[in-house]
Amino acid sequence: MLTKIETTADLSNITANKQYLLQTENLSLFTGGRELLSKISLTVSAGEIVTIIGPNGAGKTTLLRVLLGLIPFDSGNIIKKPKLRIGYLPQKITVDPILPLTVGRIMNLTGNFPVQQIENVLDETGVLSLKNKPVYQLSGGEFQRVMLARTLLINPELLVLDEPVQGVDYMGESELYKLIGNLRNKHGCGVLMVSHDLHVVMASTDRVLCLNRHVCCEGEPEDVSQHPEYLRLFGLDSGSALAVYSHHHDHTHQLSGTLREDSP
Amino acid sequence: MMILDDFFWRAVIAGMGVAILAGPLGCFVIWRRMSYLGDTMAHSALLGVAVGVFLEVNLILGVFAVAIAVALLLFLFQQQKQLANDAVLGTLSHASLAMGVLAISLMSWVHVDLMGYLFGDILAVDLFDLYWIYGGGFLILLVLFLLWRPLLALTFDNELALAEGVPVFKIELVFMLLIAAVIALSMKIIGILLVTSLLIIPASAARRFSRTPEQMALGGSLIGIISVVIGLFTSMQFDTPSGPSIVIAAVLFFFAANLFPLRKFQYKFFKDSWHWF
Repeated sequence: MLTKIETTADLSNITANKQYLLQTENLSLFTGGRELLSKISLTVSAGEIVTIIGPNGAGKTTLLRVLLGLIPFDSGNIIKKPKLRIGYLPQKITVDPILPLTVGRIMNLTGNFPVQQIENVLDETGVLSLKNKPVYQLSGGEFQRVMLARTLLINPELLVLDEPVQGVDYMGESELYKLIGNLRNKHGCGVLMVSHDLHVVMASTDRVLCLNRHVCCEGEPEDVSQHPEYLRLFGLDSGSALAVYSHHHDHTHQLSGTLREDSP
Repeated sequence: MMILDDFFWRAVIAGMGVAILAGPLGCFVIWRRMSYLGDTMAHSALLGVAVGVFLEVNLILGVFAVAIAVALLLFLFQQQKQLANDAVLGTLSHASLAMGVLAISLMSWVHVDLMGYLFGDILAVDLFDLYWIYGGGFLILLVLFLLWRPLLALTFDNELALAEGVPVFKIELVFMLLIAAVIALSMKIIGILLVTSLLIIPASAARRFSRTPEQMALGGSLIGIISVVIGLFTSMQFDTPSGPSIVIAAVLFFFAANLFPLRKFQYKFFKDSWHWF
């Protein structure tokens, strides 16, 4: 059994110019002899959007759950800013029509927020008009916007969004990404989000982290989008809301996810 | 009190108490898709009766204890991944019912009215049962009132509730205890085989008229109370078992609620009445 260390205080060794919200060092998680997360090191700073991409079963959701403290990890470190306020949007929630909840009501599920504040956050994500609508009648995009509004209630320093565009149609997807970018600009919060889409990530993503149980690669999409190879392949305007993060891995995986022996 | 000396009114008052409890708890059972779990716990009640008779303790306590044991067993079974949940529930449900019938038939020295326990018997309600139902019922409602918000949060989404600091596991455990308690309290009136229907049917019928969880819970209680009264009067009149009579009354409410086209009716009514003004 490996030792487990979690530090939530003392950030004096970092900080200075950048305000770190969350940092992990060599975070690992084993379940039944399988390594689900291997030596993950990542940082999220205030005002920064970090997107985790990777194939199904890469451990993206598991990583978020570990970072949120919902499941324990086996080794490594998580350093959080003290009393970090995290707004969390879990993977697609299904609401059974048998449960009579209105949009306004789910804003108060675990807290007791004033009506004015609830209306403000709903307005911010553009769904104020849905306040009295039953939740099960919402479209995928509407629902995600409501849930996004919900995360804003605690005035978060960090938004953790697990596949925020899941169940949203193609047009709605880029709109929602734009909204997330705007929220970041307005609140100055950090954003850590997950997407299972390997190719399409938002232009305003500051960094992309490619995960397949370990961190395959990490980079800034802006750099990649200026790359002549990228422009030749995709021919997108650099101002587009959607950027394609084209990249090469310096190694290959076996089916089980472990590194290939002959990996360069 | 005079009225409590009459077996019929004792049954009515007991049934109303049980229906009040079943409203809000039944809502959570259907919101959380736990009706089969409730059924399994209820089916174990006969084994609880046997245990209670054997140990000569209050039968409500026997049923309560065995229902909790079955729920815990179920929880252990759920940790393994080989067998699907419904298969585990089906196995436990029928195993406990069979064991209950066997245990009672083996205890030849006592007479247990099997039909009465399976389908409810208004003659069986005594003054002690009333104390249990109203005393225990008050406690159950108090706990439910205190846990209402977190329970609703984890019903909406477990993961979100957990992330927002709701002690999900503890609350789920307490909820199981509440279900076991309601089953134990309503067994005599409704009967073991039908006890979950009082949880599920009135709450389902109330759904159509509810815009909030609280309205649905109150509606469930109300429909439950009316079903109990109608059912018991029919039972008295035609000498039918009380449980099925109550269930049929509740089912009639359920169909009426769902056949009655609420929105269309309102729309049509306002449209047709437009020229009156």
